[in-house]
Amino acid sequence: MMNNTDAMSLTLGESKVRSRRWLVWVAAIAVPLLLPLVFRSGYALSMMCQMGIAVIFALSYNMLLGQSGLLSFGHAVYYGLGGYASIHALNAIGAGKLDFPVTLLPLIGGVTGLFFGIVFGYASTKRAGTVFAMISLGIGELMAAGSTVLPGFGGEAGISANRVTGKGLFGITYGPPVQVYYLIALWLVVSAILMYALTQTPLGRMANAVRDNPERAQFVGYNPQRVRFITLVLSAFFAGVAGGLTAINYEIVTQEYLTAHTSVTPLLMTFIGGAGYFFGPVLGAILVTFLQVVLGAYTKAWPLYMGVVFISTVLFAPQGLAGIVMQHRQVWSAGLMRRLVPAYAKVFVPACALLLGTICLVESTYHLTTEAQAGTQMSLFRIPLDVATPAPWIGAAALIAIGLYFFRRSCAAAALSWEGITAELQRRKSP
Amino acid sequence: MEFFLTSLLNGLSYGLLLFMLSSGLTLIFSMMGVLNFAHASFYMLGAYFAYQISSAIGFWPALVIAPLVLGLAGALLERYGLRTVHKSGHVAELLFTVGVALLVEEIVPLIWGRMAVKYAIPRELDFTLFSLFSTSFPAYRGFMLLVSVGMMVLLYVVLTRSRIGLIIQAALTHPEMVGALGHNVPRVFMLVFGVGTALAGLAGVIGGNAFVTEPSMAAAVGSIVFVIAVVGGLGSLEGAFIASLVLGIIQTFSVALDYSLSDLFAGSEVALLHDEALRSLFSIRISQMAPMIPYLVMVLMLIFRPQGLMGKRE
Amino acid sequence: MKNPPALELVDVSKSFGKSLIIKGVSLSIPRGERHAIIGPNGAGKSTLFNLISGRFPVSGGRISLNGEEITGLPPFKINRRSLSRSFQVTNIFHRLSVYDNICCAVLWSRGYRYSFWHPLERLRDVRELAESIIEQIGLSRKRDVVAGALTYAEQRALELGITIAGGAEVILLDEPTAGMNRSETDEAVELIMRVTKGKTLLMVEHDMGVVFGMADRISVLVYGKILATGTPEEIRGNKEVQEAYLGEEALDATA
Ligand SMILES: Nc1ncnc2c1ncn2[C@@H]1O[C@H](COP(=O)(O)OP(=O)(O)OP(=O)(O)O)[C@@H](O)[C@H]1O
Ligand SMILES: [Mg+2]
Repeated sequence: MMNNTDAMSLTLGESKVRSRRWLVWVAAIAVPLLLPLVFRSGYALSMMCQMGIAVIFALSYNMLLGQSGLLSFGHAVYYGLGGYASIHALNAIGAGKLDFPVTLLPLIGGVTGLFFGIVFGYASTKRAGTVFAMISLGIGELMAAGSTVLPGFGGEAGISANRVTGKGLFGITYGPPVQVYYLIALWLVVSAILMYALTQTPLGRMANAVRDNPERAQFVGYNPQRVRFITLVLSAFFAGVAGGLTAINYEIVTQEYLTAHTSVTPLLMTFIGGAGYFFGPVLGAILVTFLQVVLGAYTKAWPLYMGVVFISTVLFAPQGLAGIVMQHRQVWSAGLMRRLVPAYAKVFVPACALLLGTICLVESTYHLTTEAQAGTQMSLFRIPLDVATPAPWIGAAALIAIGLYFFRRSCAAAALSWEGITAELQRRKSP
Repeated sequence: MEFFLTSLLNGLSYGLLLFMLSSGLTLIFSMMGVLNFAHASFYMLGAYFAYQISSAIGFWPALVIAPLVLGLAGALLERYGLRTVHKSGHVAELLFTVGVALLVEEIVPLIWGRMAVKYAIPRELDFTLFSLFSTSFPAYRGFMLLVSVGMMVLLYVVLTRSRIGLIIQAALTHPEMVGALGHNVPRVFMLVFGVGTALAGLAGVIGGNAFVTEPSMAAAVGSIVFVIAVVGGLGSLEGAFIASLVLGIIQTFSVALDYSLSDLFAGSEVALLHDEALRSLFSIRISQMAPMIPYLVMVLMLIFRPQGLMGKRE
Repeated sequence: MKNPPALELVDVSKSFGKSLIIKGVSLSIPRGERHAIIGPNGAGKSTLFNLISGRFPVSGGRISLNGEEITGLPPFKINRRSLSRSFQVTNIFHRLSVYDNICCAVLWSRGYRYSFWHPLERLRDVRELAESIIEQIGLSRKRDVVAGALTYAEQRALELGITIAGGAEVILLDEPTAGMNRSETDEAVELIMRVTKGKTLLMVEHDMGVVFGMADRISVLVYGKILATGTPEEIRGNKEVQEAYLGEEALDATA
């Protein structure tokens, strides 16, 4: 429905963006620093720690996916190995074998990621596209399998450590969670600024060029493989930093860090958030982590909902959340948002019905198959349901059927009014 | 000798199962350029469908119905999902199949639970075909061999002899030409995708009860199938065949080999082994290493022969 | 001191599978010459460019640039030795803006290589050069538009801009005016003349007016073989060429 505006949104006036850019950055730095003043609970703090790490991980992933067009299924390698290296270093610090400030520990993770980026990147960046995807998957599986047998990974139990160790600086011991949060926030801000700066360098620009047209890049003097390789190595560094922060945050690193599942997570975050924009992965990482923590507490089916969100993004909004935001920003600044509201309202109602029906169906099924021993009674949104009776099933089916019917109709209408708006915008641009 | 023969036969039947899977993947890849990340998910669905159907009306109908249902599902998925993202390129298509894989991964335990289901070998085939010294070779393994070889021959004949096969072969090299000749290329794509998923389903039907039918079975073979595709040479059926057999046999043997490097040095005092880390590295048994071996083979292949066994050099 | 030719081809051949497309082409282009290659469709002109620029490996023969052999080098190494080419089928970075397209074409020649420590915004030399190229190709108004959204003629101009932006000494242009109308062609020719002043230019062109107007020498390629090489007058007067390719009227029209 919104594909035809891709090109348009990219033509956004440079100068206008530039003048506001510093404001955005001030906000981006201030917000993570001020958040703990608003959300003080341990629950919120631990979620924000997870978010900060996820943002770094997703941003580093997007150096590949969004900026270089490399779809990786093995980014966990650099994250996980960075985590393992950091936890070993933490233990060495604790044992007095190493004198290194805990604050800089993520650097060890980063350098480890960088090192393995050099080792594995050489083989994997020879080709782009599908082949790169497969090779990255293979390397990811190699390390995942390796971690179960090789020494140094701590076997099933993983490796744990105590982060309150070494010489505390100015009373910062990383004992209280809020100190860990600020450590993560600090690394987040620094990493994000560095990763953004990277997009504005010759390498960053050539990564875009190689993404778009690797052949042409060769005829302006660049070796596409080298461009991909260096980008991957740098991205592996930041993935390693994220891994190091996780090690400090949880004080344990397990094989889970190296699994395909861990590799897919930043992919979901980046794509749902919008790989075409620098801030896309930020949105995606925050949203996905939030859903993971909040939904995860309510339902075991949250990966299923995540999958639905992902596949819907692929099918209907390949530009991701950031793309949707940017497209509507234009409409907003042109003062045309008012025209879209009625159409969107009409989509909203059947969409809710559809969503509700799907949730009811999924939760009832889950209850029946995985929690059958607990009886057939369950409650959904505080409403008691008995999955042994046909009521919840019929209700769910009806909601889905009716919702779907009206959803499709109202979507078509919304697409029409969207097209009207884009045409209007075009007309204003070129009188 | 006995160990060798039984391992070889087991490896062969596992390898042929892998080929069933990778042939569908290769077919789809070479034809459409789409790497079907959800391929192993169809394998898993094949096993579960077969379990469901065979517990209602028996194994033999399931052997036919389950692959057909999956073929149909695959064709519909191509028509209503893949085709809409086709214009955004192969990476978008790959992402779509990733989404499908994620969903199947969650829907299967949603419906059938997280535990393995009791999808048993049909009674007609539950006997020992022959015994070698003291180990027996189950008839079902023989049946697997038979089905996969049959499927292979059929695939070969269809591809090289039938009209549609010839069109597919032509579309592999000259898609626009085939389109210009009035063949409906999108429909051929749909058909190929359906056939590919049906093959995966068939592999699920006969693999599900030979091994275990559980929600993690897709993840267990999924990446190995990709390894086969890379090692064999992307898009090459012959390469996939050789790679499947070789990897199947290597894996079967390595699982059974209970040796480690330190056994090699046993008796002689090697100074190195005083180092603890090295000692634990040396004491890893080959059988423990088994899960790593396919990926090691892949990485080595990429370094020394990037185009794979039978792939064309670029 | 000997002065090697800017570009020299010795018995270059190329076959795709069984069909021999380039059948032993030898050509020597001195420095500073504007050389045109003409020939019927499918003669192998673009293939010849692909061989020179390293896009395809040769099947036989040698190619040298300024006296140094470049046979078998990958395209980016040949480009770094100051040879740049354009494509018959527009070949640009579709998702980048016009400015970024040109910027990419400038970076290597300015020595920034794979730098990830220079902020692009601060690179005055890159910026000024890119802006001046954009100015020259007449795309100033479209500076921030993504290349994929340009019209055909604008994309052709951008293609040319990318090719010349690196300041290469030897420039290969594959039908730079294809698909342009009269006035666009005139503009393009004027631009090409201006930006290739003092450089070596090798150009494939179908428009005889353009060819005979600007080339110092012309080579006629037919079925993968060079039929004749010479000044426009010599080519016009060449009986073989007239019979094989040009036809009396075409030559008269350019006289
Ligand atoms: N990659 C390729 N593989 C096989 N054959 C090719 C390839 N590239 C070109 N050819 C063949 O080589 C011959 C010459 O093609 P080429 O594009 O060089 O001609 P040309 O002189 O540039 O023609 P035009 O004036 O139409 O651009 C054609 O018959 C073409 O089919
Ligand atoms: Mg040509």
